[in-house]
Amino acid sequence: MAHVLHSEKAASTNPLKSSQPLGAAFAFLGVDGCVPLFHGSQGCTSFALVLFVRHFKETIPLQTTAMDEVATIMGGADHLEEAILNLKSRTKPKLIGVCTTALVETRGEDFAGDLAMIKARRAEVLAGTEVVLAATPDFNGSIEEGWSKAVVSMIDGITSRVSPRRNPRRIAVLPGFDMTVADIEEIRETIEAFGLEPTILPDVSGALDGTVPGKWIPTTYGGTSVEDIRSLGEAVHCLAIGENQRAAAEKLAEVADVPYTLFSTLTGLKPYDRFVTALSEISGRPVPAKLRRQRSQLADALLDGHFHFGGKKIAIAAEPDHLYRLATFFAALGAEVTTAVTTTSGSAILRKVPVDEVHVGDLGLFEKLAGGADLLVTHSHGRQASEHLGIPLFRVGFPIFDRLGAQHRCHVGYRGTRDLIFDVANVFQSNLHEPTPEGLNPFARRESDHDSRPSPEPRRH
Amino acid sequence: MLSPKVQNLFDEPGCDKNQAKDEKARKKGCSKPLTPGAAAGGCAFDGAKIVLQPITDVAHLVHAPLACEGNSWDNRGAASSGPMLWRTSFTTDLTELDVVMGQGERKLYKAIREIVEEHAPPAVFVYETCVTALIGDDLDAVCRHATDKFGVPVIPVHAAGFVGSKNLGNKLAGEALLDHVIGTHEPDDVGPYDINILGEFNLAGEFWMVKPLLDELGIRIRACIPGDARYLDVASAHTARATMMVCSTALINLARKMEERWGIPFFEGSFYGVADTSDALRQIAKLLVARGADAELIDRTETLIAREEAIAWARLEAFRPRLEGKRVLLNTGGVKSWSIASALMEIGIEIVGTSTKKSTDEDKARIKQLLEDEHKMFEGMAPRDLYALLERHDADIMLSGGRTQFIALKARMPWLDINQERHHPYAGYDGMVELVRQIDIAIHNPVFVEVNEPSPFDADGTVIGEKVIGLSRRSAVAAEPPLPVPPPPGGRGLVGMGSSQSFGRADVGGFSGFGAGSPTAGAPSSSPPSRGRDREGGVGLSADGELATHTHKKFAASGAGDADDC
Repeated sequence: MAHVLHSEKAASTNPLKSSQPLGAAFAFLGVDGCVPLFHGSQGCTSFALVLFVRHFKETIPLQTTAMDEVATIMGGADHLEEAILNLKSRTKPKLIGVCTTALVETRGEDFAGDLAMIKARRAEVLAGTEVVLAATPDFNGSIEEGWSKAVVSMIDGITSRVSPRRNPRRIAVLPGFDMTVADIEEIRETIEAFGLEPTILPDVSGALDGTVPGKWIPTTYGGTSVEDIRSLGEAVHCLAIGENQRAAAEKLAEVADVPYTLFSTLTGLKPYDRFVTALSEISGRPVPAKLRRQRSQLADALLDGHFHFGGKKIAIAAEPDHLYRLATFFAALGAEVTTAVTTTSGSAILRKVPVDEVHVGDLGLFEKLAGGADLLVTHSHGRQASEHLGIPLFRVGFPIFDRLGAQHRCHVGYRGTRDLIFDVANVFQSNLHEPTPEGLNPFARRESDHDSRPSPEPRRH
Repeated sequence: MLSPKVQNLFDEPGCDKNQAKDEKARKKGCSKPLTPGAAAGGCAFDGAKIVLQPITDVAHLVHAPLACEGNSWDNRGAASSGPMLWRTSFTTDLTELDVVMGQGERKLYKAIREIVEEHAPPAVFVYETCVTALIGDDLDAVCRHATDKFGVPVIPVHAAGFVGSKNLGNKLAGEALLDHVIGTHEPDDVGPYDINILGEFNLAGEFWMVKPLLDELGIRIRACIPGDARYLDVASAHTARATMMVCSTALINLARKMEERWGIPFFEGSFYGVADTSDALRQIAKLLVARGADAELIDRTETLIAREEAIAWARLEAFRPRLEGKRVLLNTGGVKSWSIASALMEIGIEIVGTSTKKSTDEDKARIKQLLEDEHKMFEGMAPRDLYALLERHDADIMLSGGRTQFIALKARMPWLDINQERHHPYAGYDGMVELVRQIDIAIHNPVFVEVNEPSPFDADGTVIGEKVIGLSRRSAVAAEPPLPVPPPPGGRGLVGMGSSQSFGRADVGGFSGFGAGSPTAGAPSSSPPSRGRDREGGVGLSADGELATHTHKKFAASGAGDADDC
């Protein structure tokens, strides 16, 4: 059982987390024909938008209610209404996902009430466009919370309470923000191999996979359809991936009586065995040979790869579910997670991370604790720590803005885990030191307190 | 407390546009009011950070909940020749509890102390944001107290996001420097060749392409605000003899007030483009001489200009054969618009349009003169219209900022970043050559030929392009010799050739000649290849193992699918 430690510092240095509203917008972006709308000053939207663009290398539809000083004091309902109407007329979205920011939440208003009134008053104009609300002030939480709230709001606001009947082949899948486009595609392929029809909510694989359409489209194009969200109650079972998705799964169970099974991670042999077994149970079909072969390949990769992992020290900084997923992956290969830093403390998964201590903190703390590690694992903002410490950085999560193709790396499932083993092992292999007389001199090593290795030169990564 | 300051900024004698307004219009400020649902520009906090963050040795502390700093840090392209503290992100990361319990000020004070103790910076800049302004945290008091206690200047920057646009934030940052920084340090090496440069950000290190020119002339940059700046230099800026203002819309208030307060004359110039770089050097020399420098500076400047221009034009001419007649669309702000346009036109490039959204009237007049066609100037273009223009291929390349990058790319049109996120330096004579070189590389990149050719498959997947094998169904049946071994019953058709239509699949392991004449060709697609043993390459073998073609043999020999049962 890991202990969760909090920092007492007043200044956060090199923040690890991205904000809750951004997490909610991220989830909304996985829905077809959607424009997420931040309720706050325009800077909030601009910053999130630029960060999304840097990560996905795509235009991102994201709008603002453009609150100013006066509107903040007087109340933002007018701005909210105007924004929704403008969005409707200019972009004709199928869904507007409203995310509140710290500014409007500090002022404190009855957003749900205001929104209900707007929807009632403008029912005719807004016909064909769903509008849902996620309360996501950035003085709480981070990406995971925002993501969860957005998905809960969609199920709560759109999923029909009256299911005509269960479709025995239909299942609902609730992934976390850390699933890339390629991860989602892998999950989908696995599920379809059993003859099942997954509705993945949200589905970034259709919306943020980076394609060149033939025309200019002002909303998201691709992703979960609003219709599919509406009919989600027809699903015979729900698979939630990541502890953070429990709330949404519970909501679906409450709204439409769909039972769920939660998988804390889908990276790794045992975790995916569980997933595949569940699919076999739901579909009543045996596991296809293709999957069995992939499993065998993974077993082979574990054997080939373990040489590079056993005894290695890994420092990880990530959101709670993502941290759990990464830490269990490394632990399963015999590596030791010597530093674990995360963004917020609320998640039940943190106690299960295979480390002694999980620190709630920032990348400044991460840099202080990670000295002596063989690998840093976090998003692009870890690059300064990597430079200062001279330790290679393996980029995961969000945001990754200084490398291409992050969205198309698959690290879940048998194949994805296999590839992850190769990717990480290759980082180790490309950073091997040549042995030197100084480095191996037993007397020199005896004097130092630290690990016996030649002092690393700062590397560029 | 903020309002009078902001109001004050709305009255700017140094700005023509501003003075042309009547009093009432002036009071409303520079930006148009934002439209909810149709805006996505940056806020005042963003603008303030842009101006101040490149000051390299200062600790920049954002007093806010997470998003303001957390979503935006380490995204500046400015470069430093030394200290890197500016790249470290500090924020008080206010929680709900902090806000509700009114602990913001105390947390801020503590944060400042932590930073001073750990990093010993020459100064700390503290940025106010929407939430901290709303809850009324007294930034000035905390900063004053901290300055006294820790003996380090702690500067409050009042530019909360919701007070206005990015541009307003630029100006508020300038005000913060005037109120608290400039004039607080007396250097001991004041001289007649000292200048300030305002609004130069040293993006991608480009100022380092210009500084050597000034060094050669013996001109010393007292303070470059903010590119590659040091706090003490900024604090000494009041001792310079002349100021060059690079981006007027951002820091006109700073330049004008420095003139008022310390008698430092300023001019507006740019280092983008050959003519502009020369002009800037001339103006600097002129002002310095007017303020007492030896007049021979002017001759030396002209000599340098002549030499550098000759080199630059010679290098640029080399690009003429490759770029003459190419059409460039400029979609960027103010200063860059006309000076770059004129340089490009010098080597035969055609400017098909330029945005004048952020241009002053003077800029606009110059552009009009240059382009001779008013229709080529546009205020701003909606993404949809921009996309349409590019899709029609009315231009060969667009030069703009990152926000419109994907419009060009989705229209499969070459694009070059000339704004703050760029990775290439474009200032000075060498910078102009570099810009043209990058345009050349971008326009001629073969990917644009490839992606602009239509796909050989239509939206239903039918092959509409040139055939590879050149077979039609009938001729295929006639051409192939009959197979000695028919495929096993049960529809084990051709691997990867489920449909009878896909004759274009010659790439699948050399199956090209195989099976085209088989009995199953033309039949509805058989069941998908069975899994497991019959993997790709494991072709259905008849019981006696007779192989039809060498292809069979090759794949059977590889052992694919035989050893492992998973």
